[in-house]
Amino acid sequence: MIKFLLRGILRDKNRSLLPIIIITMGVTLTILLSGFIRGVMGDIIDQNARFDTGHVKVMSRAYAEDKEQLPNDLALLGVDELLDTLRTDFPDVHWVKRIRFGGLLDVPDSTGETRGQGPASGMAIEIFNKSSGEIERLNIESSLKRGRVPQKTGEALIGNDFADKLNLGVGDKVTYVGATMNGSMTFMTFTISGMVKFGSSFMDKGAIIIDLSDAQTMLDMPDGAGELTGFFDEGVYLDEKAHQISQAFNERYAPTTDEFAPVMLPLRDQNNLAGYLDYVDSFSALFVIIFVFAMSLVLWNTGLLGGLRRYQEYGIRLALGESKGHIYRSMVLEAVLIGIIGSVIGTAIGLAITYYMQVHGIDIGDKMTDTSMMMPTIMRARVTPGLFYVGFIPGLFAMVLGNMLSGIGIYKRETATLFKELEV
Amino acid sequence: MNTLSLITFIISLFALPQGTPDADAILKKVDANMTSKTLISTSEMVIYGRRSTRTITAKGYAEGHEKSFTEYLSPEREKGTKMLKIKDRLWIYSPSTDRTIQLSGHMLRQSVMGSDLSYEDMMENCKMTEIYHAKIAGEETIDGRETWILELTAKVDNATYEKRKTWIDQKRYVPLKEELFAKSGQLLKKVTLSGIKQYGNRWYPTRMNYKDMLKEGKGTDFVVTELEFDADIPEYIFTKASLKK
Repeated sequence: MIKFLLRGILRDKNRSLLPIIIITMGVTLTILLSGFIRGVMGDIIDQNARFDTGHVKVMSRAYAEDKEQLPNDLALLGVDELLDTLRTDFPDVHWVKRIRFGGLLDVPDSTGETRGQGPASGMAIEIFNKSSGEIERLNIESSLKRGRVPQKTGEALIGNDFADKLNLGVGDKVTYVGATMNGSMTFMTFTISGMVKFGSSFMDKGAIIIDLSDAQTMLDMPDGAGELTGFFDEGVYLDEKAHQISQAFNERYAPTTDEFAPVMLPLRDQNNLAGYLDYVDSFSALFVIIFVFAMSLVLWNTGLLGGLRRYQEYGIRLALGESKGHIYRSMVLEAVLIGIIGSVIGTAIGLAITYYMQVHGIDIGDKMTDTSMMMPTIMRARVTPGLFYVGFIPGLFAMVLGNMLSGIGIYKRETATLFKELEV
Repeated sequence: MNTLSLITFIISLFALPQGTPDADAILKKVDANMTSKTLISTSEMVIYGRRSTRTITAKGYAEGHEKSFTEYLSPEREKGTKMLKIKDRLWIYSPSTDRTIQLSGHMLRQSVMGSDLSYEDMMENCKMTEIYHAKIAGEETIDGRETWILELTAKVDNATYEKRKTWIDQKRYVPLKEELFAKSGQLLKKVTLSGIKQYGNRWYPTRMNYKDMLKEGKGTDFVVTELEFDADIPEYIFTKASLKK
């Protein structure tokens, strides 16, 4: 039966060409848009995780409430002891200490007077502790445009665009002006060891990266850190695992009312990322639904036209004694075969374009000159295992639905009038 | 003006208490108390944080409203830090880095040492009559003292606060309370002034509590421990060279 139908599809181009083209286009678009949205959202989440939220993050309750303001006066103290507990309790999470701080970077002239300055967004990470994995996690080596990673105290990396704005070169000195965790004014002069470009406008235009030990000295927070950031050994964010770990940790501190008690937040509860994660899950489904609906309407119409064209064929088959149900089922089976052919071609084309967009992407750097959002400047699609089958849902479903609707006409034919209709 | 408006205007004139001076005259007397040709002061700034309370002492010199110099005396972390303000520019000297850093523009609105005072608040010594239009909005008694409530609206573009509401002691002509507003009308700070003392023929508040309404906590106390009005201040004090001395 399938062989018979396949022959019919291949030999009668009028029967199959238009539906296959429509399905191919629909499936291609479904895959491309799903891959693109998954890629862009995935990059945003991944970049947020690496640079800011981690997969889970521990802060003091008071700090977590106002964390956008980088309130280091509310930071965690006694973090080494807390880290030991976290490493024991959650051994499959890699924990690192981080301090984020804001302030002003001032560039001196030859007499020590201000030559230029700009607001800085500071990040202190465990650069000198090689086992922290921070240099690899933040892709610092590959993001270096000039110079090298800091190797000793008093050295700093700054954003490449920030360096250009302040006319700084490797080896130049800058003075950080800010506030300690106690609110005192603090000054510290750093030597620029290198310039980094992360592809995030926010970082490239205002970041200074220093070692955690320098920040602890500068901000008067020995054994203190704003954030303890955790990364799963799996390397990707796992929402359920993050939720379980956070719940287990937070339950331990639930009885205390201390505003400086630690609290753990999973990635999805930070930086409004819950919405993004939900988008990633629901957008592909939304595209599939839209394309199933739109393509079903088109294929219904195509099926009706085909039904009219094959009016005589169905009449003769009925006159020869073939049951209406059998004709209807063979039509649906034919639709399944056309749907599969269209979906295979559409999936192949869609994956090819998605892969091209994954490699090359769309550069939106020019449109993001003033954004403070942590997102990549090149929007890339991502080929995921799901894309290999997601196109078959609209491809098959729309074709079958369209044909089932148009095929209902078969049941309206009356056998008694067939010969009159066929004029035989 | 129609008849109804005219009647309302005449009634409102009679409604004001007899003997009330006009708002500008009140403000002029306040300026006479609060501003001076020069001022040398020693002060303590008590900053109430969520974890701890810090006290910072400083010695300040001011000449008119355009020049001021502050040297921090304690605690150790702040000791030796100096600030010089000339017109709208501010230089900060950090002894730990031996750097002089210039601040200007919006940076002057940042908090000083984590307190509820901005650099502009700290170095304010302007005559109110030169910056604000005043009108009397009512009367109120604060801690047993009769006050006029003045509403001040900036008449210059570069005023730190676009609007102020200030409660002026009717006998001593010093403010006892102030509310400071942004151009949008948002209340930015509340200032409570107390410890009014007489210095020669002027009255001056020696204790001020600044409360930044955009921050949590109970604000910052600014306590003046020593005051010297119209003393001679050597000109070199207001030069950048004095920062490194």
